Amino acid sequence: MSGSIRKLLAGALATGWMAAALPVFAQTSLLNVSYDVARDFYRDYNPLFQKYWKEKTGAPIEIKQSHAGSSKQVRAVADGLEADVVTMNQASDVDFLADKGLVARDYATKFPDNASPYTSTMVFIVRKGNPKGLRDWPDLVEPGVQVILPHPKNTGNGRYSYLAAWGYALRQPGGNDGTALEFVGKLLKNAPLFASGGRDATTTFMQRKIGDVLVSFESEAELIAREFGKGEFDVIYPSLSILAEFPVAIVEKVVNKKGTRKEAQAYLEHLWSKDGQENAAQNYLRPRDAGVREKYAAQFPPIRTFSVDEVFGGWSRAFPAHFKDGGSFDQIYQSK
Amino acid sequence: MSHVVARRANTEPRWLRLTLTAVGLGFLFLFLAVPLVAVLFQGFAKGWRAYLDGLAHPDALHAIGLTMFIAAVALPFNIAFGVAASWAVSKFDFRGKSLLITLIDLPFAISPVVAGLIFLLIFGAQGLFGPWLAEHDVKIVFALPGMIIVTLFVTFPFVARELIPLMQAQGKDEEEAAVSLGASGWQMFFRVTLPNIRWGLLYGVILANARAMGEFGAVSVVSGHIRGETNTLPLHVEIVYNEYNVVGAFAAASVLALLALVTLALKTLVEWKMRQEIREQRAELPPERTE
Repeated sequence: MSGSIRKLLAGALATGWMAAALPVFAQTSLLNVSYDVARDFYRDYNPLFQKYWKEKTGAPIEIKQSHAGSSKQVRAVADGLEADVVTMNQASDVDFLADKGLVARDYATKFPDNASPYTSTMVFIVRKGNPKGLRDWPDLVEPGVQVILPHPKNTGNGRYSYLAAWGYALRQPGGNDGTALEFVGKLLKNAPLFASGGRDATTTFMQRKIGDVLVSFESEAELIAREFGKGEFDVIYPSLSILAEFPVAIVEKVVNKKGTRKEAQAYLEHLWSKDGQENAAQNYLRPRDAGVREKYAAQFPPIRTFSVDEVFGGWSRAFPAHFKDGGSFDQIYQSK
Repeated sequence: MSHVVARRANTEPRWLRLTLTAVGLGFLFLFLAVPLVAVLFQGFAKGWRAYLDGLAHPDALHAIGLTMFIAAVALPFNIAFGVAASWAVSKFDFRGKSLLITLIDLPFAISPVVAGLIFLLIFGAQGLFGPWLAEHDVKIVFALPGMIIVTLFVTFPFVARELIPLMQAQGKDEEEAAVSLGASGWQMFFRVTLPNIRWGLLYGVILANARAMGEFGAVSVVSGHIRGETNTLPLHVEIVYNEYNVVGAFAAASVLALLALVTLALKTLVEWKMRQEIREQRAELPPERTE
């Protein structure tokens, strides 16, 4: 018996050695730390960039991806996850890394378009045939309408939904912070629950069939169609919504250490190339390039939008005013 | 003693016994069998091909390999530490012994997420040793070493917990006899101690293995979720599920469930062997040792 246990141990150790010997450290590799739902985009984009880089320099390059909730991801980068680049869905997450000295303070000016290679906006997803006749934001605050959205305090998707409604109310005749607070308060009262993330909200609405309307990114609507079928729901564009930007940045500390600045720079720049922009459009993210936008116009109905910078003076102001402890979200909840 | 219990059990009316049995079995069915079947059902919802595609994806294959590798590295350490700790606790008397036993149990009491965060606080970039590690280019968290360390941490008690009561019950007479007959330390260990504890040891290893492969929370904190590099099977299941790839997620989950079933089968076998052995021992032992 003792012999067979020893054999077992030896076997386990041998397996371990073999597996440990397997990884090969030959080519340059970049680690792109990204938010939860960007997987499809970068799965398509990475081969495009690898091909481009090979043609340009003759050298192969490996791209590794990490995806999870955006706030968790930037935390991990701050704690030592060696990302060469971060590609996020909200400036506040990249700002956090700038505060930690990992990303340049002026990262937004290092690339065109506010360092956001594509945009999206918040739309309504309603049940087939729109039985409750929901057309615009005011319809969502009517009594008896159930609205599904992720938690506004700790999810990117939820924050964009919240600010979209707030901005809409502000832009109405006579709108001010007081009327906006009241409007958003009514909207939140119509939420039977807060989902823990964008994907969870979708599952709640589509699979568990809770709610009359799901507020989510335009790009999510397409993914829902792929998974649940096109005929299951309608997409409604409100009269005014928010411009969601997806900032990218180089993690200075890591590229300096690894000596990958050139590659990281090219990787992010290539997002603005024709290929990169087409890839965005194919993933239902609105491209910045006018030509590409023209080509995919059918897929992106015109919608009036405002940016977080225009209405809220940037995420660095919007975040504490609305989502930090004591912000407008907490005020609504304390009075509820 | 035993016949008293038996008679009391028999006095319960038949309908009550049947109801209790039905409730117990119904509960087992609802909470164990149904979810297990649901996992397989969801995995095969789009047919064999989709199921196999989900498993054959490079990321899924890598996750399976990584999970087994981490378990394979963690288990020998667990065996060594577990045997050493239970040896010390059961064969010797020393100060701070109860403290040691409490420490061994600590990973059971701590939530896995907290366990992960502890190692982040120690080895993370902003942690205790973070700056030093970065200077010397040693990667612990968000890399394989960190994932092995947290797995070791959460699985540490299983072997020791299994062996301590067993070795305490066996006492140290046989070892003393071996030594007095001239056995060296290793001879005594391999010829006397190990054969005595082998089933208990195996049982602990099986439980530790199940936990090592299934661990989610602690590993999630220190993994960094790099696909094809630091994504274990449980993490892979969550990510794929969140990508609306239900078939892929449940295909991967079914592998985990399969591992669990194999574990259960092994566990039952080992338990059966252990009982048999104890019975034989009882039969062989002189009367004063049977208590």
